[in-house]
Amino acid sequence: MSQSYNRGLVEDFGRWREFSAGMWAWIFHKFTGWVLVGYLFTHIAVLSTALSGEILYTETIRALESLLIVRILEVGLLAVAVFHILNGLRLLLVDLGIGLEAQDKSFYASLVLTGAIVVASVPTFVAGVF
Amino acid sequence: MSTQEQKPKNQTETDTESADEDIIAASSPQQRRLREKRGREIESPKETAEQEDTYHLKVFRYDPEVADKQEPRFDDFHVPYRQGMTVLDALIYARDRFDSSLTFRHSCRQAICGSDAFFINGRQRLGCRTQLSDLEEPVRVEPLPHQEVVKDLVVDMEHFYDQMEAVEPYFQTNELPEGELEEQRQSRENHEKIKMSTRCIWCAACYSSCNIAAGDNEYLGPAAINKAYRFAMDEREGEDLKQHRMRIIEQEHGVWRCQTQFSCTMVCPKDIPLTEHIQELKREAVKNNLKFW
Ligand code: SF4
Ligand code: FES
Repeated sequence: MSQSYNRGLVEDFGRWREFSAGMWAWIFHKFTGWVLVGYLFTHIAVLSTALSGEILYTETIRALESLLIVRILEVGLLAVAVFHILNGLRLLLVDLGIGLEAQDKSFYASLVLTGAIVVASVPTFVAGVF
Repeated sequence: MSTQEQKPKNQTETDTESADEDIIAASSPQQRRLREKRGREIESPKETAEQEDTYHLKVFRYDPEVADKQEPRFDDFHVPYRQGMTVLDALIYARDRFDSSLTFRHSCRQAICGSDAFFINGRQRLGCRTQLSDLEEPVRVEPLPHQEVVKDLVVDMEHFYDQMEAVEPYFQTNELPEGELEEQRQSRENHEKIKMSTRCIWCAACYSSCNIAAGDNEYLGPAAINKAYRFAMDEREGEDLKQHRMRIIEQEHGVWRCQTQFSCTMVCPKDIPLTEHIQELKREAVKNNLKFW
């Protein structure tokens, strides 16, 4: 047979505008999962300052919490975690074979719910930095 | 010409429905279509007047054997539109009238041979089952993604067929009924269960839409798993064969690779609930291996 032409990556993420709900759910789930893993390491790093004494730990937390960027990142972290939880529940239902026809709706529902929870949490997170 | 709205008759209907058919004949969809057709015929002179109604197709072109065509490109075709024209009809028109080198597979033109799955406007669809009027212009026709292009819209299906063969897509059993001429009967319930999975036409639309299959060359892919489902769930094959099939299904590159993106279910032209079948096999596999003692 003659040689054939492989279109490579163009046909993958270059097509994001054509992805359907289930595909987006998959991408977001992967993405949020990796973000959570990454956060875990910073979390451990911050917590382990307690090994060198209470004062250092308190000071570190105080310093971090006084930064606006940290507060914003915390909102982002909440968004990521909430979506990962809700979509995880959705995937659990999918694995149990419940409501497979409504899988796109449950994805949109978890997005909307994530948005609502995140918006509602903003006052709590940014309180006191300004 | 179009097969899009046609429901396979006699396949799903029960006897009661066919009895009712005479009664509702006057208002049946067929009667309605016939009436509409008559209406159209009267209008047709006007239609010829505005014959300039064309559809704009952008078709992927690539030919490794011609020096100038080795760089993939898109060709534009403006095909005069007829009522009920499908993408395949438009491609055939373009090939016959404009460029005889335009290459694509097709055969039955009624969504049963599975040879004309293309990537049309960003989605895997059968050319013969897709109405031009349902698409936005320009209609972009490309070969199936994630498969190597041989020429124009023709992709290399060899790997897909290998995966299909890998699940042994044929009936086999060692539990033959008594008596030489005895038939192997299937219960109605069991048939209902596997009915949808028998409809696969090996078009590879699902396989092409699956990101996991694209990344993992050994993954069986939705169509092959659906085939495996069709036989694993068939009670006539018996327990031994079921175990044999489960071993193929639950291997490393079998059902567990599926990450429920639902892309395959979205594109299957035969509306097979592929993800549902894969998920059911996953649960079967767990039940098969989980022992509490
Ligand atoms: S399962 Fe559907 S999309 Fe996949 S090959 Fe069969 S008919 Fe085509
Ligand atoms: S030509 Fe046979 S499926 Fe389209």
